[in-house]
Amino acid sequence: MPSYVITEKCDGCKAQDKTACQYICPNDLMALDRTLMKAFNQEPEQCWECYNCVNICPQQAIEIRAYQDFAPLGANVIPMRGTDSIMWTIKFRNGLLKRFKFPIRTTVEGSVDPFKGKPEVDYAKLKQPGLFTSTKAMPVIKK
Amino acid sequence: MEKETCNFSFCAKPAIEEIETDLLLIGGGMACCGAAFEGARWANPKKIKMIMVDKAATDRSGAVAMGLSAINTYMGDNDPADYVKMVRNDLMGIIREDLVYDLGRVVDDSVQLFEEWGLPIWKMGDDGFSLDGFQAKEAGKTMLKDGGKPVRSGKWQIMINGESYKVIVAEAAKKALETNRAATGEKTNHYERVFIVKLYDDAKEPNRVAAAAGFSVRENKIYIFKAKAMVLAAGGAVNVFRPRSTMEGQGRAWYPVWNSGSGYALGLQAGAELTMMENRFVPARFKDGYGPVGAWFLFFKAKATNSLGEDYCVNPEALAEAKAKYGKYVDNLGTAIRNHLMMRDMKLGKGPILMRTDEAMAAISKNFKEKLGDKEGAKKVKHLEAEAWEDFLDMAIGQAGLWAAQNVEPDKVPSEIMPTEPYLLGSHAGCAGFWCCGPDDLGAPEEWNKKWPAGNYNRMSTVKGLFMCGDICGASGHKFSSGSHAEGRIAAKSAIAFILDNPDYKPTIKETADHLAAELYLPFEVYEKYKTLTTDPFINPNYIRPKMLQTRLQKIADEYFGGISTWYMTSKTMLDAGLSKLQVLKEDTSKMAASNLHELMRCWENYHRILSVEAHARHILFREESRYPGYYYRGDFDKIDDTNWKCFVNSKYNLEKDSWEVKKVPYVQIIEDAAPVKH
Repeated sequence: MPSYVITEKCDGCKAQDKTACQYICPNDLMALDRTLMKAFNQEPEQCWECYNCVNICPQQAIEIRAYQDFAPLGANVIPMRGTDSIMWTIKFRNGLLKRFKFPIRTTVEGSVDPFKGKPEVDYAKLKQPGLFTSTKAMPVIKK
Repeated sequence: MEKETCNFSFCAKPAIEEIETDLLLIGGGMACCGAAFEGARWANPKKIKMIMVDKAATDRSGAVAMGLSAINTYMGDNDPADYVKMVRNDLMGIIREDLVYDLGRVVDDSVQLFEEWGLPIWKMGDDGFSLDGFQAKEAGKTMLKDGGKPVRSGKWQIMINGESYKVIVAEAAKKALETNRAATGEKTNHYERVFIVKLYDDAKEPNRVAAAAGFSVRENKIYIFKAKAMVLAAGGAVNVFRPRSTMEGQGRAWYPVWNSGSGYALGLQAGAELTMMENRFVPARFKDGYGPVGAWFLFFKAKATNSLGEDYCVNPEALAEAKAKYGKYVDNLGTAIRNHLMMRDMKLGKGPILMRTDEAMAAISKNFKEKLGDKEGAKKVKHLEAEAWEDFLDMAIGQAGLWAAQNVEPDKVPSEIMPTEPYLLGSHAGCAGFWCCGPDDLGAPEEWNKKWPAGNYNRMSTVKGLFMCGDICGASGHKFSSGSHAEGRIAAKSAIAFILDNPDYKPTIKETADHLAAELYLPFEVYEKYKTLTTDPFINPNYIRPKMLQTRLQKIADEYFGGISTWYMTSKTMLDAGLSKLQVLKEDTSKMAASNLHELMRCWENYHRILSVEAHARHILFREESRYPGYYYRGDFDKIDDTNWKCFVNSKYNLEKDSWEVKKVPYVQIIEDAAPVKH
């Protein structure tokens, strides 16, 4: 079923044009049931378990249940993604718990200024090898 | 059977928006984000308009959508010439060395930008232990651009904290597109959830690309983008062969499930020449979860053995047997040969094949405790355990879930590894793609650059104005995420040069907008026309739904073109039989049916998959040898035959005639052989 939506927690992103999970799913799997006003995974066998819907959901209403054609029941992997790091809680089938915290970015989201401090382009170099940021001469193959 | 047509008698006609631009970027993954970044810088002062069209949300689209735990191509102090030798060795001797070298000499710049934009990169601590991206920053470690030393997991790979890798790279690309809007005064130049179905040639000039047509996956609307040049980076193909997993586990392919061969299908229908489409990738990964093994092999020094504890890569009998068929290519134990040796043991019943994670962790633990004492040593082991889990959590979270479900603690028990179903791609350890123009300063034949028929523009395909990068620029694998970004930059820069050289060109197509709308919406028309005939809209004699289209393709590919059910074995007779079945499947695509926009996308994605697989099968049929043992075998030519086949195989599809031309193209070695590696 890979991603599933917890009925009680999902608020359909408050009847906006589209839900956060619909917006982000790379495979267009998340859909909104307009009668219930709740999201669901419309094609579970095409889910990569990428967790993007889980991480983006403002209600934390989405979790992942592992693929049942090969995974036994009873375990789960739950993330808590913050602005600069992510915390993972892994629960084993036998109850063992593991927790990890990893960095995700060293800058503030939205702060990237792609061309700041970068060289202006030199059209004389447009047809030469290298990129606009290249400052050194491009190496060539030594015979 | 009669072909179905659409004249909007049954389904509603969509709104049609025609948009003219200068440079169209198709895709949104690493390569297209690179193209947006580099392209905008060159485009803005000249007021050249750019548009990016992505079938998903760019923050999380493409192969890096989940994240990555490593960047596999970073030169650092390495010589790009050595990179070429490594790639050539792993891809069994046939690559475009000019393209690979050209990538190697610029790829670091992209990685250094990623770090500036906020990607956490591991650095070596003063005590010889690794620091994560935060610890490295706090410890004041030098950035890569200033000569900082990353943590290497192999000669070419560096470790990262990459859960948000794509978000960070997308942010820079989106900001670059924003600067292009400011420079040109265009209101919109970034389209998400628009799926491109087909490219169209120019009405006045043959073999020149002029337009791309697609539809919104969110509203009933068709888009026709006319452009002076295009950068195509729509990825390789997954779920083209029957996967090992069944039902919902099909989603856990190793390669991202949304890569539907659109890159190949769009380009080949436009008439672009393909190269090395016989190549495929069959990664050996942790069984079912397909979690990465690279860090376990390279970073933790784990060994893979058969279930008897034997290292199948050193078995003298197996090596002698392989050498008799595949010659010198066995010596360097590239990815394909390692697969071959592993499968030999599996076929002899010596499976399951096991990654000895437990032994690797025990060795590391012993070493740390001897060096640092019990307490400090144990602390470092714990840190290492977190690193091992992060390897999964950054890029194959499902594998972490599978280990938890199976109560697998890697320091206590080994884990099974398994070769996957085949995938078609050109940026990882594969090289299936398009034949592209290369740089003209590296001593490559002039036919590959100065005498390129469509014009001497780096990464231009054989179709004028159509540039290729990432997974679909062929014969140049081992780019990975960073190399795909860098190649997108090379392609976009080159496309800008082409646009500036052709200032008066105005793209026109012979097809009317209504014609394109009818072509794209045919699966809606078919569904609406017939859906009420039966009580269950899934079972209807008049059409095929996208899920069954995919299933039929996978079954043909698997059984006839060397999938898992024949242990990757095929032959002329099998290929001929499969290709005739594939031809009938292609005919049936005029009856594919969609009940909603999501299914409409699935229909066309699977159409793209079918064309990608056809190219793959026709190339395998043409190459009468087994160039990639461990990926596929020609049972009728089970050897590597350098005398006749040390060459590229190129092909061209004729859309109007639905026919293929396949030919040999000479391989030219530019960089001398590496010193032989002894085992």
